[in-house]
Amino acid sequence: MDLQTLTYVVVGTSFVIYIAIAFWSKAKSTGEFYVAGKHVHPVANGMATAADWMSAASFISMAGLIAFLGYDGSVYLMGWTGGYVLLALLLAPYLRKFGKFTVPEFIGDRYYSQTARVVAVICLIVISFTYVAGQMRGVGIVFSRFLNVEIEYGLVIGMAIVFVYAVLGGMKGITYTQVAQYCVLIFAYTVPAVFISIQVTGQPVPQVGFGSEVLDGGVYLLHKLDQIVTDLGFPAYTEGTKSTIDVFFITFALMVGTAGLPHVLVRFFTVPRVRDARISAGWALLFIAILYTIAPSVGALARLNLTETIQLGPVGMTESNLMYEDRPEWFKTWERTGLLTFDDKNSDGRIQYYDDTNIAFVAEAEKIGWKGNELTVDRDIIVLANPEIAKLPDWVVALVAAGGIAAALSTAAGLLLVISASVSHDLAKSVFARNISDKTELTLGRVSAGIAILLAGYLGYNPPGFVAQVVALAFGLAAASLFPVILLGIFSVRVNDRGAIAGMLSGLLFTVGYIVYFKGVFIEPFAENVAENWLFGISPEGIGTVGMILNFSVALVVSYMTPRPPDHVRDLVENIRVPR
Amino acid sequence: MKKLTYWQENLRLVGLCLCIWFLVSFGFGILLVEPLNAISFGGFKLGFWFAQQGSIYVFLILIFFYAWRMNAIDKKHDVDEN
Repeated sequence: MDLQTLTYVVVGTSFVIYIAIAFWSKAKSTGEFYVAGKHVHPVANGMATAADWMSAASFISMAGLIAFLGYDGSVYLMGWTGGYVLLALLLAPYLRKFGKFTVPEFIGDRYYSQTARVVAVICLIVISFTYVAGQMRGVGIVFSRFLNVEIEYGLVIGMAIVFVYAVLGGMKGITYTQVAQYCVLIFAYTVPAVFISIQVTGQPVPQVGFGSEVLDGGVYLLHKLDQIVTDLGFPAYTEGTKSTIDVFFITFALMVGTAGLPHVLVRFFTVPRVRDARISAGWALLFIAILYTIAPSVGALARLNLTETIQLGPVGMTESNLMYEDRPEWFKTWERTGLLTFDDKNSDGRIQYYDDTNIAFVAEAEKIGWKGNELTVDRDIIVLANPEIAKLPDWVVALVAAGGIAAALSTAAGLLLVISASVSHDLAKSVFARNISDKTELTLGRVSAGIAILLAGYLGYNPPGFVAQVVALAFGLAAASLFPVILLGIFSVRVNDRGAIAGMLSGLLFTVGYIVYFKGVFIEPFAENVAENWLFGISPEGIGTVGMILNFSVALVVSYMTPRPPDHVRDLVENIRVPR
Repeated sequence: MKKLTYWQENLRLVGLCLCIWFLVSFGFGILLVEPLNAISFGGFKLGFWFAQQGSIYVFLILIFFYAWRMNAIDKKHDVDEN
């Protein structure tokens, strides 16, 4: 069977499984539609959370990002895992005890205010839509690369699949498909990593291979990598180029943002007990950590493989650079997608790959006849091309395609569900049409999920030019808007409605303002996005941390200047603090 | 010594766990990364290892530790479920 057919079979089979699960777990009530009837086993919820959380970005882009950033890539590793500690210790158990359906519902009840609830819904919708657009785009890319269909058909197929299981199954359907999707994606991620680790270091466990000696030459992988990249003018792999303050603030924003993401929070509403919510966060992080500890190993191994493929020997010898004619098969495959490009600037028929932004090295390079870096590598291809670079069998390549699609679909479905729940439950049921029956609300939930999917598909097809920017925005927003008020709602009885609303709005507006100022969403940026212009040297990616501090401060100051919350709110807070 | 309430015990445990959380990531992985990189840990520089591997393992242990301790505290104060 050729690769094309094999890929169709593997991806097709995974789709059949997802649809079958959706029919088996059809939601029959709003409770099942919003929170899977609160019957999900903590381990199953951990897996579902892992799939929900790990998006196309984690699966496809992260290892590649780290491969080219080296130490600076640590912000993603620590940021996107450390948030689970905050979730498990500070939020999940209490939200579970609160025991209703959505995050805005908690904010509305705790701050006894419809306004607070509506502001929370706005934050939720902005965060979730920016995210989901990126997922649909990811589905499109995987389809067009591996199944040779146009991006738009890929999108339509992806939307149709999500439509079936999200609209029909609601949270219940999504939970069990996410469990299946986790299994597909983690298997697809681990297999190529294990083989590549064995090929380079002889170690089957990639996390161990990462710190082992390479087979040829007896030097440690990371020492060798530092050596060969610095020889080509790049910064050392294990050392950073970002300022410490920026790394600190970005990591913090990603951690807090993770803990404040509504589609992750809502997963902890689905387990039976408070103690399950605590342990379930641990399971979730365990399942996530498998991928997140492999990713940096994959990044380092891939960077070494790539550099050694191009630079065959010491810098300066003509024969050290690979002849373009001799380039390997995978090189040609990815050239066709435009994600890998070669431009023979000095017309010597050989590939020179080095850091031509490093002024000192450029001078050296000119002496040996190099006229600029000739190879452009899109970081997204690292994971997708890995099986081909390592010469793994076709079924592994097919599996990686299925894994990338699973990662994108599972996250998209989770996001679409929180959007539809906040429309049907937080807006319709409690603000506009309080008297609708459970059945009407369920139908409304399904309709809004359907509309959200169409909108997401449209955004995936016509991605606003700023998708990359808005992802940073989503984390910053979650950190600066939802996280502080949820936390204060649990740990303080003093913070009142006015404090919470003022806090959310100031955190939100400050963060959006800062990002727009430097990145220009819809409009031109006001100032150049460089470190000299940043507030305290903090980049727009890390500004969510400052927004969070602002939110906390405003909420506390306003609350202490205005009357205490009523007695029933004190009772509510005291009630959610104990499991029974 | 005054007996701590359920909530005080919880806060103390959360505080302890968050100190460790901060120490391994922001401490070892970011603020102290340069001095720690002078130490080798197998084929890793220690600071780099904390930033890309170690902190994640510690996070994982922290959550399971917290869940385990909280179950005991729930029982002690007779607020555990079922």
